[in-house]
Amino acid sequence: MELPVLSLVTFIPLVGAIVVLLMSSENEKAVKATSTVFSGISFVFSVVLMVAYNRAIPDFQFVERASWIPQINVWYYVGVDGISITMVFLTALLSFMSVIGSFGIKDRVKQYFALFLLLQTAMTGVFVALDFFLFYVFWEAMLVPMYFLIGIWGGPRREYAAIKFFLYTLLGSVAILLAILAMYFSTTPHTFDIVELGKTHPFAPGLQMILFLALFLGFAIKVPVFPFHTWLPDAHVEAPTAISVILAGVLLKMGTYGIFRISYPILPDAARDFAPFLAVLAVINIVYGALVAMGQKDLKKLVAYSSVSHMGYVLLGLAAMTPTAMNGAMLQMFAHGIITGSLFLLVGVIYDRAHHRDIDGFGGLAVQLPIYTGIMSLACFASLGLPGLAGFIAEFMTFVGAFPVFKTIVMISAVGIVITAGYFLWTLQRMFLGKPQEKYAGFPDLSARELVTLVPLQVLTVFIGVYPWLIIDFMNSSMESLSHFLRGV
Amino acid sequence: MTTAVFLIPLLPFLGFALTIFFGRRMPGNVGAAPAIATASISSVLSFATLFYVISGRAVDVSYPWFATGDYLVSIGVTADPLGALMLVVVSVVGLLVEIYSVGYMHGDTRFSRYFAYISLFVFSMYGLVLANSFFLLFIFWELVGICSYLLIGFWFEKKSAADAGKKAFITNRVGDFGFLIGVLMLASAAGTFQFKEVFHAAGSGQFTPAFLTVATIFLFGGAIGKSAQFPLHVWLPDAMEGPTPISALIHAATMVAAGVYMVARCFPLFSASPEASLVVATIGGITAIMAATIACTQFDIKRVLAYSTLSQLGYMMLGLGCGGYVAGMFHLMTHAFFKALLFLAAGSVIHAIHEQDIRQMGGLSKYMKVTSLTFLAACLAIAGVPPFSGFWSKDEILVAVRQSGNTTLYVLAVAGAALTAFYMFRLYFIVFAGGEKKKAHESPAVMSVPLAVLGVLAVCAGWVGLPWMKTNIVSFLTGSQAHGAVGAAVQAVHGATAQLQAHAGAAAQGVAGAVGEGAHAAHHGPDYAVMATSLLVVGAGILLAYATYMKGWVSREAFSKRLPLLYKLLYNKYYVDEIYQALIIGPLVKLTRGLSGFDLAVIDGAVNGTASVTVILSRAKRWFDLYVIDGLVNGVAWLTQLFGRVGRRVQSGYVQQYALMILIGFGAILIVKFLR
Repeated sequence: MELPVLSLVTFIPLVGAIVVLLMSSENEKAVKATSTVFSGISFVFSVVLMVAYNRAIPDFQFVERASWIPQINVWYYVGVDGISITMVFLTALLSFMSVIGSFGIKDRVKQYFALFLLLQTAMTGVFVALDFFLFYVFWEAMLVPMYFLIGIWGGPRREYAAIKFFLYTLLGSVAILLAILAMYFSTTPHTFDIVELGKTHPFAPGLQMILFLALFLGFAIKVPVFPFHTWLPDAHVEAPTAISVILAGVLLKMGTYGIFRISYPILPDAARDFAPFLAVLAVINIVYGALVAMGQKDLKKLVAYSSVSHMGYVLLGLAAMTPTAMNGAMLQMFAHGIITGSLFLLVGVIYDRAHHRDIDGFGGLAVQLPIYTGIMSLACFASLGLPGLAGFIAEFMTFVGAFPVFKTIVMISAVGIVITAGYFLWTLQRMFLGKPQEKYAGFPDLSARELVTLVPLQVLTVFIGVYPWLIIDFMNSSMESLSHFLRGV
Repeated sequence: MTTAVFLIPLLPFLGFALTIFFGRRMPGNVGAAPAIATASISSVLSFATLFYVISGRAVDVSYPWFATGDYLVSIGVTADPLGALMLVVVSVVGLLVEIYSVGYMHGDTRFSRYFAYISLFVFSMYGLVLANSFFLLFIFWELVGICSYLLIGFWFEKKSAADAGKKAFITNRVGDFGFLIGVLMLASAAGTFQFKEVFHAAGSGQFTPAFLTVATIFLFGGAIGKSAQFPLHVWLPDAMEGPTPISALIHAATMVAAGVYMVARCFPLFSASPEASLVVATIGGITAIMAATIACTQFDIKRVLAYSTLSQLGYMMLGLGCGGYVAGMFHLMTHAFFKALLFLAAGSVIHAIHEQDIRQMGGLSKYMKVTSLTFLAACLAIAGVPPFSGFWSKDEILVAVRQSGNTTLYVLAVAGAALTAFYMFRLYFIVFAGGEKKKAHESPAVMSVPLAVLGVLAVCAGWVGLPWMKTNIVSFLTGSQAHGAVGAAVQAVHGATAQLQAHAGAAAQGVAGAVGEGAHAAHHGPDYAVMATSLLVVGAGILLAYATYMKGWVSREAFSKRLPLLYKLLYNKYYVDEIYQALIIGPLVKLTRGLSGFDLAVIDGAVNGTASVTVILSRAKRWFDLYVIDGLVNGVAWLTQLFGRVGRRVQSGYVQQYALMILIGFGAILIVKFLR
């Protein structure tokens, strides 16, 4: 019998959560070690997945299918293709890094790690589920641990942020649920099968648009698309470091993943009609997000708004629907995950030492913390799209692919690269350059544990920047077939 | 040869990697060793490449990098005459600057870091020169930008240095915006990033003239940023905040040269659009004259040199815009040598007396023989005195401008030449001649030897372009892109696609045609009228400087006293920085603050507002529920209770009370009965 790799990647963290819950809460070291091991095994299996995946074909692979609730035609149905495999890997990678990055948690350690591992299973599940019912179960299952992780281990305004996040996302989930039910009841026989619906896409254009809008509301909140983005800065700022990493690195991707996986294949007519509107939203995200980021004084908020801006490129690539643009969008999802993930880790590092995040309150840190400065600069350069680093290829491909479709919008979006350079360099200057300050003397530079979480992400950022085919190879065939399907080529 | 060409950029990158990771463990001057060693080998390879190309061969290979949709992006190098010439310029200046820096940066706390950055800078510039596609060009274009950011802001403890680095990068990004749009337009229209194929498409009339004009003007936007042309010139004068050898590098061979090189590289596109060429020439002309006028009024030795760079870059653009493909590149080469020399000599002066204000200098030639002699050679070269190198290249530009028939631009060019001669000798006389103000000493050999080498080049480098020779730089460069493309057809064995190879032969003819046409103007004998004019105005400029700053026949304050308003305008650099601050940067910062307030108050306000309204509504419902709905329920109960309570009184269980009630009842019946 073949190894059910996908199920292993997905559920090993859940097993870990149960094991952690059974352990004594006194023994924090054992809890941390166990969590690391389980998250690590999941990561190893995700690597196995990447290695064994056949990149030449756009079909679903590693498919597992078993009847779950036969009365209403619900299946346990999982599989990966070019759209999801990189996301599964990204989730496993960032979760593993975040578990290690969470060793500094002091309060209720056992509960924290149990919830975190539960979250990892739910997130992975979203990316592998091919049955709407299963998808929705994972989608909702993410919310609960996230709510507690922000609400208990967060900053001063954690309760506000947690509730805002929960309610906002729930609003979107309800819209998604309604769309799923509408699809279920308007097919005969009733089905939750995402793959099947994507092949037949049986809905009339009018119904498609309604379904598209309902799904879009849910996905747009997650991305987040302007004007649904304000939960994000609050959630990011209040969440503990590792949770910010997960929020930015993985959760935001679910919105655009949903559009790739569900909206586009199942509702192609509505997607085509909606694309220009999506492009306009994309340019708003890019430019508005960048301008607002520039106006921030809190470092974490600045990174949060930079996410709004960077996710705009993903929307732009989606809207353009050409293979290159969609490759760019997918690559941007991955690149943004590792780059912004490291930025949040780095914000956490300085917050642990200085106990504040006021950009203007720093200065001259380059002298005192040279390694930290080097890695932070690298991450900022990557984020502002410096060639040789992952973000550049993604943005450039998005522009190249989208330009023939939306000329004016791409031109306006390109203004974003100037503003982004502006706020990142300004931030670097205010934090690291200038005269060193007395009060930050004697701060320790990065510890070994911090380096363990940061260095792999930096190496990957550089590697993808130099050799982007490493990731594009996985998605290219899926993107080409999706693009051809959408554009009717 | 292909391997050697690939090694040219890769070796300095190796030097960078070694130094950045292990530099802190290298004691003393050892930190410079990887950089200098790799740069030396790359220089040898660059010269080898030049001779290889001179022999009529070329390198042009591409390897597939990644594919996406319809695009196949490849990594490759091209070494044709244009590229080979540029390689040599970069390698000579780069290596000399690195050697000089060992002395200049001696004892700096981040000594090895400096050499790591400089290696990265050289790597990026080599990559830019060798790039054979717009994709690669853009990549190295940006990397050159980030290196200049790192090096200009190298002494980041100084706020002015940190500011200057940031300003350089962001100003360049504004230009890059245009460059990016231009690349996107061309790539999406041609379906490829490869130079050959894009140029071929342009040559074979695949693009409409209007499209080509717009696309090339956008491309030129990038060059305006990189080569510090008006109106994006503001970063270059500030860039002198970096260590002086870096100024030499930036002003001569890397960074600013990139813009000119890009225009030359894309010459088939520019020459195909007269409108775009006119834009290039006009921007170049404006920059040349504007910067030259400013240079006449500045007192900081490096600032004067910075404005002279702006002015000379303007010249190159002017030449290219007027169809002087060779003229622009020729001047780029000679300028690289004498400008590097000027900055390194200035650095030697600064190193000796720790002073940048020329009013505090004087009579230095007595103490600094090598420095003053080489500085003089460079002054003669930049002023355009024969037989120094600058004369020959500037002459090519003037000829090109004159042949373009645009009188305004020609007058600008000649006036610029006069001003150049004036401000350079103003500088020389003030600093090296006259009465001494401070004692000084000559710099160590590690600094003065590079000066001497550059001095020789400043004198002789122009002789490769003597107009009386049959085989000179003109014939070399104009044969250029034809060689490159033909070589490609032969060498593109590893070519990314079969299609790419099939195109190469056809592209060769198209490109050669386009260049040949543009370069046609450059094929000429000596133009004695232009030479005479140039000699005349240069002589006048030097004479005026001599009369003012050596002999005092003209008062030094004459200009500032007679024309105070104009002087103030020039001294304050036409207030361009102030205008940008007031019209762009200030409002932008306000806008960002305003938008983040808007985001918090309006967008998030709407979210919180919705929540608040929901809470208020639910409170109202609670009240209604509590007092109205539940009130009704409770009211009914209360009434029942009331009746119960009243009724309960009756059921007291006392017989006397029952008897009394019977009595009262009986009485009442009687009364009722009686009253009826």
